[in-house]
This record gives sequence, C-alpha cells and structure tokens, in this order.
Amino acid sequence: MHEQMPAGVTITEIVEETPSIRTFVFDREIEARPGQFVMVWVPGVDEVPMALSSPFSITVQKVGDATAALFAMHEGDRIGVRGPYGNGFAVSGRTLAVGGGVGASPLLPLVTAGLVDTFLLGARTASELLFENRIRGAATLMVATDDGTAGHHGFVTELVSRVDLADFDHICVCGPEIMMTAVLAVLDREGCAERGLFSLHRYMKCGVGLCGSCCTDPHGLRVCRDGPVFSGDVLLDSEFGHYARDASGSRRRI
Amino acid sequence: MVALYPGPVEVGGIRLRNHLLLAAGILGTTGASLARILANGAGGVVTKSIGPSPKEGHPGPCLVVVDGGIINAMGLPNPSAAFVDELASLAGEPVIVSIFGGTPEEFRTVAGWFAGKASGLELNLSCPHAEGYGAAIGSDPALVQECTRAVASLGVPTWVKLTPNVADIAEIGAAAERGGADAIVAVNTVKAMRISTALRRPVLGNRFGGLSGKAIFPVAVRCVYDLYEACSIPIVGCGGVSTADNVVEMMMAGASAVEIGSAVIDDIGIFAAIADDLYSLDGIDAGEIVGCAHA
Ligand SMILES: Cc1cc2nc3c(=O)[nH]c(=O)nc-3n(C[C@H](O)[C@H](O)[C@H](O)COP(=O)(O)OP(=O)(O)OC[C@H]3O[C@@H](n4cnc5c(N)ncnc54)[C@H](O)[C@@H]3O)c2cc1C
Ligand SMILES: Cc1cc2nc3c(=O)[nH]c(=O)nc-3n(C[C@H](O)[C@H](O)[C@H](O)COP(=O)(O)O)c2cc1C
Ligand code: FES
Repeated sequence: MHEQMPAGVTITEIVEETPSIRTFVFDREIEARPGQFVMVWVPGVDEVPMALSSPFSITVQKVGDATAALFAMHEGDRIGVRGPYGNGFAVSGRTLAVGGGVGASPLLPLVTAGLVDTFLLGARTASELLFENRIRGAATLMVATDDGTAGHHGFVTELVSRVDLADFDHICVCGPEIMMTAVLAVLDREGCAERGLFSLHRYMKCGVGLCGSCCTDPHGLRVCRDGPVFSGDVLLDSEFGHYARDASGSRRRI
Repeated sequence: MVALYPGPVEVGGIRLRNHLLLAAGILGTTGASLARILANGAGGVVTKSIGPSPKEGHPGPCLVVVDGGIINAMGLPNPSAAFVDELASLAGEPVIVSIFGGTPEEFRTVAGWFAGKASGLELNLSCPHAEGYGAAIGSDPALVQECTRAVASLGVPTWVKLTPNVADIAEIGAAAERGGADAIVAVNTVKAMRISTALRRPVLGNRFGGLSGKAIFPVAVRCVYDLYEACSIPIVGCGGVSTADNVVEMMMAGASAVEIGSAVIDDIGIFAAIADDLYSLDGIDAGEIVGCAHA
C-alpha cells in the first residue's frame, strides 16, 4: 500500500450554509466518488471523518471538539486531509436521494454529477435545510421540516411514501440513524430494501480498515472500508438502528 | 518454497486451525469482526488489548500509512470488562484475549474476567508501568516475570508478547519463561514517528507511535532468532508477515506459528491467501523447519 500521509490543505473559503453548518473550501482537489469521505485532521485537536461535499470541500455541522475547532478557523488556516476512503454511492438508472440535516452533504456530489432525479430533503426547521437551492436547480426537490416552517410538516421519511418507489433504481439515503432506519422500514415493506443505499456513521479512528473501531454486527463489516455505503438488505437484522460502539468500543443505544 | 502439511496445530497450550493468527489490535474490537477473520481462514485470532478500565484512546490522527508500513498510536482504546459480551458468540473458537495492566495485580484482575471464556491469554507488555516512570513493563525483566506469573498461575494458557524496543530481547523472553509463560509472541511495534512537513508537527495525535508492516519484518526475524537461542518454550513470530515465504522464514528463525496484522490492510482475505500458498497435502511437518536456520 502506498504512503498516505495527510496532505496539508489551506482553507480558502468558509461558507455559512445554515446557522449550524459550514462548508470549508480548500485549495486541493481530491478526486473521489460521490459518498466517499476523508479523515480531517484538525491540528492539536483530533482527526474525524467527513464526507466530501465536492472535490474541494467538506460541509460540517458543529457538534463537539473537533468540529468546534474547525468553526473557529479562518480562511488561510491549514488542516490535514487523508483519503478519499470508503466505497461511495454506486448508482445507475433513476435515483432518488433522501437527506436529513448534514446528511445531505455526501449526497451533493451525486446531485452535482446530474445523477439524482428526485431529492427528498429534511431538516429540523427551514433555516437548517442544507443545499436547498443547489439541489432545486438539478433535481425535483421535495422538502420536509420537523416544525413545518417549510414544505411538509413532519419527517422526511413521510415524503418517501409520497413518491412511487418503483420509479427508481436506487434510493440513496444519509441522515440521522433514526431517520435512515425509518426509510429502510418503508423500503422493506415495499420489498425493495436492496435498492436502498445507506451511508452509515460509526466511530472511526484509522479510516483504512485496520483498527476495528467502526466494525458492525453481525457480519463484522467495516464502515470505513466495506462502507460507508451499504445496501438496505445487508442492514436488515443488523445493529443498524439499534446500537453503535463509542470510542472505547462500548455499545451505546441509538 | 517449502510447503507445509495442513491441519490443526497446538502451540503454547492452544489448539489452532493452522499456523496463521490475527495479531492483537487489528479488527479485534468486536466478536463479529473476529468471527469474520476466522471465517476468512485464520487459524486463530487475538483480540484488541483489554485493560482494567474503559479507555477511549489517543486523539487522532491515530494511524498513518507510510512507505512499507503503518505507524499507529491508538492509545489502547478498549471497553474493559464489557468485552466479555463480545466473546459470547465465539465460544469454542480459537480466540486469545490480549490483556494489559499497569501492575501484576491489574494483569491478574483482567485475566480473571476471561479465564475459561477464551482459548488463552496474551499479555501485552508494551504499556507503561503504572508505578514506573513511563518505561514499558516489557523492558524490565523482573516485572515481566511477575506479571507473567500473576496470570499463568490462574492455569490459563499464557502467551507473553514482547516489545522489540529493548537492548536484549532474549533476557526478557527468559524472564517470561521463568514466570511460567506457555509461549512468547515477538514482536509488538517498533518505536517510530513521522512529522507532517506541511503542518510542521508530528502527524500522530500522540506525537510518537509504533511501526508495523513489511518494514519491520527483518527486525522481527532477528528477535525471533535471538529468543529461540535463549528460550525453550514456543515462539510466535509477529511483525511484517505478508506472504507464505515470510511464514516459512519466521519458522526457520524459530517460530512455531505467526501472527499477522498490518497485511490485512491490503486484503482482509490474507489468511486464506497465505494458507493457499503455504499448505499442501504433500507438504512437510512444520517441526522439520522450526529453528532450522540455527543449525
Ligand atoms: C463516513 C462519515 C462521514 C461523515 N460526514 C460528515 C459530514 O459530511 N459532515 C458532518 O458534519 N459530519 C460528518 N460525519 C460525522 C462527523 O465525523 C462527526 O460529527 C465528528 O467526528 C464530530 O467530532 P467532534 O470532535 O466535533 O465531536 P465529539 O465531541 O468528539 O463527539 C460528538 C459525536 O461525534 C461523533 N464522533 C466523534 N468523533 C468521531 C469519529 N472519529 N468518527 C465518527 N464519529 C465521531 C460521535 O457520534 C460523538 O458522539 C461523518 C461521519 C462518518 C463516519
Ligand atoms: C492499528 C494497530 C493496533 C494495534 N493494537 C495492538 C494492541 O492492542 N495490542 C498489542 O499487543 N499489539 C497491538 N498492535 C501490534 C500488532 O499486534 C503487531 O504486533 C504489530 O503490528 C506487528 O505485526 P504486523 O507487522 O503484522 O502488523 C497493533 C498494531 C496496529 C497496526
Ligand atoms: S476506522 Fe479503523 S477499521 Fe474502520
């Protein structure tokens, strides 16, 4: 395996996408398939997995130490990135995308590549809808907000029942696990779980399939290497939607 | 190349399906992933090192892939006693639990959780001594002997894994043997670091780490060779093994079996791939080559 030291990149632009989400644009192109991720090194803090929202950017929600440190950075500051890692979304034919919150980020490269026909986008409230305008220009967009401030009043999952799933060869999904589990339940009910492609979130340390931190039950699949995208039939009867392991490897309920 | 006769083997009190084990800390965090490696052809598996209390490990980056190897500073993340649950689905399988502690008492406590629930235990002596001054337990022969005795006296097959970061590994191996070890595993990672020239700082969150992979194979062969001269218990060779010929070379240096870790990065099916090259029905008994390079 060839050397993969983190590349130093300079942040050239910071875009405030929503009150809690920012895009960090950097000065190096990372050739990747839609849905692949990089390990982002915030010097002196930590290294965390982030999907590429474009070959030049990551789009980040502030949730803890490393993301807060990123939010404190300015244009001209440097971070490290290694990757791309993981399998990404492999689609053909007609594609439906379902994104919740910052989960729209790994789906954006599919939209940019013109591979998405219909996009169901959900968020807590109207101002948190991520990439709404960019998606609207490239796909049929349907919106849901938990508080009803835009689009359907309720969960994005409910929009899935309003489209004809038979119309789509692939259904690409990323968002909070509760939301993804609900989408999987709909697909399973309709008998098309295998057409769902779900991008999972598990605690990652190495990103290259060695340390075991991101392994899932019951097949021991590594989210960083065998995933992060798994088809729905693989996730049925798995830990998905039930529990995940934390940094120490202890199980935590989802 | 020499071909070996296939079939189960017994090494250091533990029955293995073949001579190829998964090394500690590689995909060893969950029962399901250990089961996957066994299904992929490993003769036995060693778990992530488990310690006296849960640990999250060092901040990232924890691992970096470099030319010829991997440098890691995971910081021994582990769920401690909760790991017992991961083993439930592996009853009867060739599973060795790697354990660590800062004192002989801690080693004994952790060993007690797993005695009877696994095929054996492997002591990771590369962690700092709780009452020492940062030096690894594995560099002090008296402590090595004490920690080994604390675990071996429980009556469980006890393997002791040594660090290569010592002046005389044979002296440490002899201490483990005196403590009652059933086998010695050599080696853990070699002290190493890299600096990001772009960010002008050490690349690992912990600054320092340990090198594994192809780059350390010659170091590991030398350690196994030295230990074979000094000890009479079996030696399990570990460090940079990635081909069947490497396995044969380790055996000629004195190893009765090998552990494989970093090579999993290229192929999770590496165990079956090596076994395919290594074993043949017209092959010889491994006993014919173990230590033959000492003649
Ligand atoms: C493949 C993948 C792609 C991701 N893509 C994005 C993205 O595009 N945008 C985005 O905002 N977030 C993304 N995430 C989630 C992101 O990695 C976490 O939000 C981030 O690690 C939080 O770090 P922190 O230090 O700020 O939080 P902490 O304070 O350390 O922890 C808060 C929570 O973040 C999660 N987390 C922390 N460290 C890690 C880690 N090393 N690996 C996985 N999860 C961790 C845990 O669930 C934890 O409970 C992705 C995760 C994965 C696995
Ligand atoms: C990511 C990683 C984690 C490791 N964790 C442990 C561990 O928990 N306990 C241990 O005794 N050795 C650990 N090691 C060391 C390996 O078990 C092995 O001794 C070393 O990597 C050399 O073998 P290799 O070249 O085949 O990888 C780890 C190595 C790596 C790369
Ligand atoms: S993060 Fe290490 S195996 Fe996936």
